[in-house]
Amino acid sequence: MSDNQKLGWKEIPEGGLITKAGNSATYETGSWRSARPVRDEEKCTNCLICWVYCPDSSILVSNEKIKNIDYSHCKGCGICATECPVKAIKMINEKKFAD
Amino acid sequence: MANLKELSKKEEILSGGHRLCAGCGASIAARQVLSALDDPVVVANATGCLEVATTIYPYTSWKSSFIHNAFENAAATISGVEAMFKSLKKQGKMNKEIKFIAFGGDGGTYDIGLQSLSGALERGHNFVYVCYDNEAYMNTGIQRSSATPRGAWTTTTPAGKVISGKTQYRKNLTEIVAAHNIPYVAQANPWRWNDLVEKARKAFFTDGPAFINVLSPCPRGWRFDSKDTVKISKLAVQTNFWPLYEVENGVWKLNYKPKERKPIREWMEAQGRYKHLFTSENEHIIKEIQEEIDKNWGKLLAKCGEK
Amino acid sequence: MNNKMTAITGNEAVAYAIKQINPDVMAAYPITPQTDIVEKYSEYVADGLVDTEFVTVESEHSAMSACVGAAAAGGRVMTATSANGLALMFEILYVASSNRLPIIMPMVNRALSGPINIHCDHGDSMAARDSGWIQIYSENVQKAYDNTIQAVRIAEHMEVRLPIMVMYDGFITSHGIECVELLDDDKVAKFVGKYSPRYPLLDINHPVTYGPLDLYDYYFEHKRQQIEAMKKAKKVILEIGKEFKQFFGREYQLFEEYRLSDAERAIVVLSSTAGTAKEVVDELRTKGEKVGLLKLRLFRPFPYEEIAQVLSHLKAIAILDRSHSFGAFGGPLFTEIRSALLETGKVPQNVNYIYGLGGRDINQTDIASIYADLEKIVKTSRVEERVKYFGVRE
Repeated sequence: MSDNQKLGWKEIPEGGLITKAGNSATYETGSWRSARPVRDEEKCTNCLICWVYCPDSSILVSNEKIKNIDYSHCKGCGICATECPVKAIKMINEKKFAD
Repeated sequence: MANLKELSKKEEILSGGHRLCAGCGASIAARQVLSALDDPVVVANATGCLEVATTIYPYTSWKSSFIHNAFENAAATISGVEAMFKSLKKQGKMNKEIKFIAFGGDGGTYDIGLQSLSGALERGHNFVYVCYDNEAYMNTGIQRSSATPRGAWTTTTPAGKVISGKTQYRKNLTEIVAAHNIPYVAQANPWRWNDLVEKARKAFFTDGPAFINVLSPCPRGWRFDSKDTVKISKLAVQTNFWPLYEVENGVWKLNYKPKERKPIREWMEAQGRYKHLFTSENEHIIKEIQEEIDKNWGKLLAKCGEK
Repeated sequence: MNNKMTAITGNEAVAYAIKQINPDVMAAYPITPQTDIVEKYSEYVADGLVDTEFVTVESEHSAMSACVGAAAAGGRVMTATSANGLALMFEILYVASSNRLPIIMPMVNRALSGPINIHCDHGDSMAARDSGWIQIYSENVQKAYDNTIQAVRIAEHMEVRLPIMVMYDGFITSHGIECVELLDDDKVAKFVGKYSPRYPLLDINHPVTYGPLDLYDYYFEHKRQQIEAMKKAKKVILEIGKEFKQFFGREYQLFEEYRLSDAERAIVVLSSTAGTAKEVVDELRTKGEKVGLLKLRLFRPFPYEEIAQVLSHLKAIAILDRSHSFGAFGGPLFTEIRSALLETGKVPQNVNYIYGLGGRDINQTDIASIYADLEKIVKTSRVEERVKYFGVRE
């Protein structure tokens, strides 16, 4: 966002408060990645170990099962791939996904 | 007992989009602690990695109410929040159940925040204090704290020609907190998540002050690859560097005993911040550190009634 | 219960005001000469006479930190301190004002160390004049009591929402016994009314984040908001002063003009010295001297327009500062007033007297000599020495 798109002092909440709880969800940190985790759905046992170890809340779980990986936030740290007990996650170079 | 499937159903309090480093131990610790909550919570946070990276204006990663005041006063700040809650409840103006938690790094807890923490513990406020210990002032660029282990490189304890890394041993903050005789004190680690979550749950249910010290390995400051954060946490426990124990109403209990403790060398070999110790001149430092760890482990075993 | 006249010290009167205000939380640490406030208040708490959750913190830094936490949580918060206690809270004073938390703080003026000195001096509150707190000075016990009550309404006003410190002189007012009218409990409660906090942390249905990291793209805007709120405070202070008169019969304004409108020479001063000076003015007036006094009540925001208006007709003024800013050209009150007068283009002869540091006494003879100095200045149209250090042994 360029500086003149940002709001002026009369338009932002007073006191430096942020009133939109959790709005960092709109800030995409996925561009930090150099490799992305790719999950093999066949191998995955839905043990959720990757979920409990993800620093970026980027393993999305629904109804006790892994739904998908939040690539808009995943930073590619590789912890999920390292800790998966059945090696269902592989870290693939991000270049392979460039459009 | 913590169950991942049950925990995964709760709404996450810390959302993605924060700017902590890839592989940050502190965010894993924070997520796990917060997953133990069943009640709404107000979070106070000392200045540091967790606080700064999650609240860069105009973004916040916190879905709960959150307050950052300054570096050394997370405990005093949450004391004020809790006092207001108690006051309003007493006056019949508040009928909800709310939990109070203060997060601080080792900087804001062991060092500059020690007074504020001690005061809050002594006054007996009903809150949980979680220290995410990454063993240096990481947010400002890896300067030493009293939690930095002996021998470790930091920018203010560099490995030079005359001095090789930090000369002092770590402060044992968990035992200092236990000496305040508060109802619940624990040491935990994000590798052993079920132990951590269970401790967080106990802490939240404690009536009065509770304290958990969580080891939070830092890929940047400890010099290891971001994918190894959980591995390093595990090594910390297996080498007895970071024992897992709790003190519940004055009763000491050991939560994990490695069958055969790994040598501290293995812990050090995995981290670049120790690499200068692996020379003939510094060999003795590693030996002394090993002796210190074994001695402290022995003392802890005795306190816990173990052999 | 009706209003009653009582012989009471400044600290006891202020403690009584706090009791009548009945804040939700008070987090305070004792320091001479404020200690009687916390001691008296502890008695009220122990006797169950107030609803206040009294947090006996382990330092002033934690006192202000806990106040910030409590105020952000959502409720009425008060504390009190002095000198080095204020200095220790310094970092957090800025946090309180930038978070727009209406914390109310009686502040007993005492010298800052070192060497350590526990007596009256304005160096402590003057050092905090940039912190974003509203600053009001009280001449005597009655005014300290009245100002504390008004402070609640000023700070909590929707257009202001800034913390406020109410000053009164250490030992002279804090420990001096004066005859004071204490107001009726119910009327005070009605005057201060209920507080509706904005964005309370405890409103879990509307979670909010306090104290984020501002980079260079937002800090200036947040400060601009604070500047605006401080500007609005002046109007609110006058409104509350009028309302106080309606409720209780005593009016309060930005300053007090004492026999000033037809004066040729005047002293400008804060706090208890004004009481001494008024006696001298009356004495000199009986001899036909055209002297007057301006006692400033509001220091932050500084009412520069109004002050310039009431001073510019004078021939000579002596501005008395009970503090100094090392390396500055004169004391804080002197620099503010000169700057204000410059706006009118009509600047009377003016001279600065630094006096009373560390509790050094100033009496009627001293003040009469200052008026005599001003007379010489008027006669010769010359100021020999712009900044004088009055009462120090050379």
